[in-house]
Amino acid sequence: MSKLPEKTDTDRRRFVAGAAVVGGTVAIAPGVTLMAAGRPADEAVTDKVRWGLLIDSNKCDQGCNACVTACKAENGIPDFGRPATDAQWIRKVDVTDPQTGNSFSLPVMCQHCEHPPCADVCPTGASFKRADGIVLVDKHICIGCRYCMMACPYKARSFVHEPVANQKPHAPRGMGTVESCTLCVHRVDRGAIPACVEACVGAQRGAMVFGDLNDPNSLISRRLREYPSTQIRADLRLNTGVRYRGI
Amino acid sequence: MKNRIRFREIEANRGFWALLALMGTLIGLAALAFFYLKIYGHVATGMNNQIVWGLPHVFAILMIVAASGALNVASIGSVFGRKVYKPLAPLSGLLAVTLLIGGLAVLVLDLGRPDRLIIAMTHYNFKSIFAWNIILYNGFLVIVALYLWTLMERRMNRYSKPVGLAAFLWRLILTTGTGSIFGFLVARDAYDAAILAPMFILMSFSIGLAVYLLTLMAAASGNNRPIGHHIMNRLKNLLGIFIAGVLYFVVVFHVTNLYSEQNAVASRFILAGGTEHTTIFWLVYVVIGSLLPLAILFAPQTAGNPRAIGLASVLTVIGGAGLLYVIIIGGQALPLQLFPGMEVSSSFADGQVNAYTPSLPEILLGVGGVALFVAMTAVAMAVLRFLPESLADDKLDPHYSAESTQEEAAAKA
Repeated sequence: MSKLPEKTDTDRRRFVAGAAVVGGTVAIAPGVTLMAAGRPADEAVTDKVRWGLLIDSNKCDQGCNACVTACKAENGIPDFGRPATDAQWIRKVDVTDPQTGNSFSLPVMCQHCEHPPCADVCPTGASFKRADGIVLVDKHICIGCRYCMMACPYKARSFVHEPVANQKPHAPRGMGTVESCTLCVHRVDRGAIPACVEACVGAQRGAMVFGDLNDPNSLISRRLREYPSTQIRADLRLNTGVRYRGI
Repeated sequence: MKNRIRFREIEANRGFWALLALMGTLIGLAALAFFYLKIYGHVATGMNNQIVWGLPHVFAILMIVAASGALNVASIGSVFGRKVYKPLAPLSGLLAVTLLIGGLAVLVLDLGRPDRLIIAMTHYNFKSIFAWNIILYNGFLVIVALYLWTLMERRMNRYSKPVGLAAFLWRLILTTGTGSIFGFLVARDAYDAAILAPMFILMSFSIGLAVYLLTLMAAASGNNRPIGHHIMNRLKNLLGIFIAGVLYFVVVFHVTNLYSEQNAVASRFILAGGTEHTTIFWLVYVVIGSLLPLAILFAPQTAGNPRAIGLASVLTVIGGAGLLYVIIIGGQALPLQLFPGMEVSSSFADGQVNAYTPSLPEILLGVGGVALFVAMTAVAMAVLRFLPESLADDKLDPHYSAESTQEEAAAKA
């Protein structure tokens, strides 16, 4: 196979080598990050990066559904009007403290755990974690046993309950298999940010920041260092790649 | 002079063919249900993204658990050396195999991609208890088949003890594995307890023995081979102990849960949540499936009556199914706690008790698995010699009279 000459190629290598750590990621506005370093298809994923999200529920509006809509459009997730069986890769959860009446809203999706219970229980290894921390389902070896759905503490996974049509080439789906948020791996690999994060910026919220948790100079790392944040069900010690503020 | 026990096939009489025809119909309906689901997808079931395991899993796990327990009778004969159980051992081994195949068939046909079964056999994630179970189930079939060979082929008889011991140990590990499917689910309040593994072992003892008794009685009555009172008495006492044993584990499980507020949520939901799971737990499992059979087995009016023992066995199986329903589906009906102590709502049923109503295809699939088990057992018994020619006490146990006199004397003392 011929390799297309890509400028990002060299950027990537410098990035990995640590020579252009700051230059690899450019913040153009609060919460907006352009990933200059895409990954060529013939280059293996490494654990030098760990992709993550920081979600600030203070900036997340209860009535806003932009991230959910964007995810469905990006990944071709249809809405059959059957909420019990329709796939939901990302959902908005409204939380109220019954003691104080304080309430907040936040999107919940696959938390891309460092120790993902879904991958632990998967009998065939179809659920797996990529070296860069993205948790995925290999659609070719998923047998549809749904044990991962039993194991996920976040209800992040959906089973494809009916025949699929009009699939996106970058997000293959299949009836009888399990799926969940891929952190828009197809976009991340070419140096772009996930669709939900982009939509959040577009909606003037800026509640979501995407970036490399391993890079101390990335926006997400700086934010995490600067402000307190937490993980949902931190007690399970899964070391999630998705972190929250204001919950 | 030692009396050699003779084994004989069951007769392929009219009742046998009627049974096969009925089971064949049920298997056919299950096949239709399977293809229906294959075309339309799981949207045609009552299962959804909240209740991901439904009625097929209750049927499957009921049979898988019963399979390991059905081996009890053989184990008592081979491993613990109780001679009277030895003639009953081949049927015990047969049931272990047919129940397991019936249960696995339902489990496999309910997969989203049953056509990828070969992947489940070739790709193993050794951190997954599910993957270990695949190995344990296949291994169990092989070991029990070997065990049957040592029991039924005279030249192999001398190996029956070591192979029987291997089968006994393997089945304990197997049921530990089945219980651990739930025990290892750290995220769900209703599971995540090590006690589920021994609880499943006890469940396997009671359900497996009940199925064994029912099969033995059905085969005996259909072939005019009356079962001796002495052996029935032993088996029914054993069944009573197992039923009480399961009840003990269930009580300990819930009482320890109720002690701390964090775990009490799950037990309160089952015990007093007011959903169908509360009704099934108390009415089906505790009253109909445990207390009633215990009363029937030990009340002086009914104890020893073969029909009463049959009824108690049926109730034990129903109770076991009820308990599994509550564990499997009730455990998923309880909402996952992403934010403990908070009120939550979403488009994905967060914070809601999840409802489940099984659809016809699921019911047919589960019933078809049971029919497959019954048909395989009946055919095997008609083709090979699994059952002694006589089930009378003096034929099964040469020392019957002496032993029973001793027991009676001990009981009086």
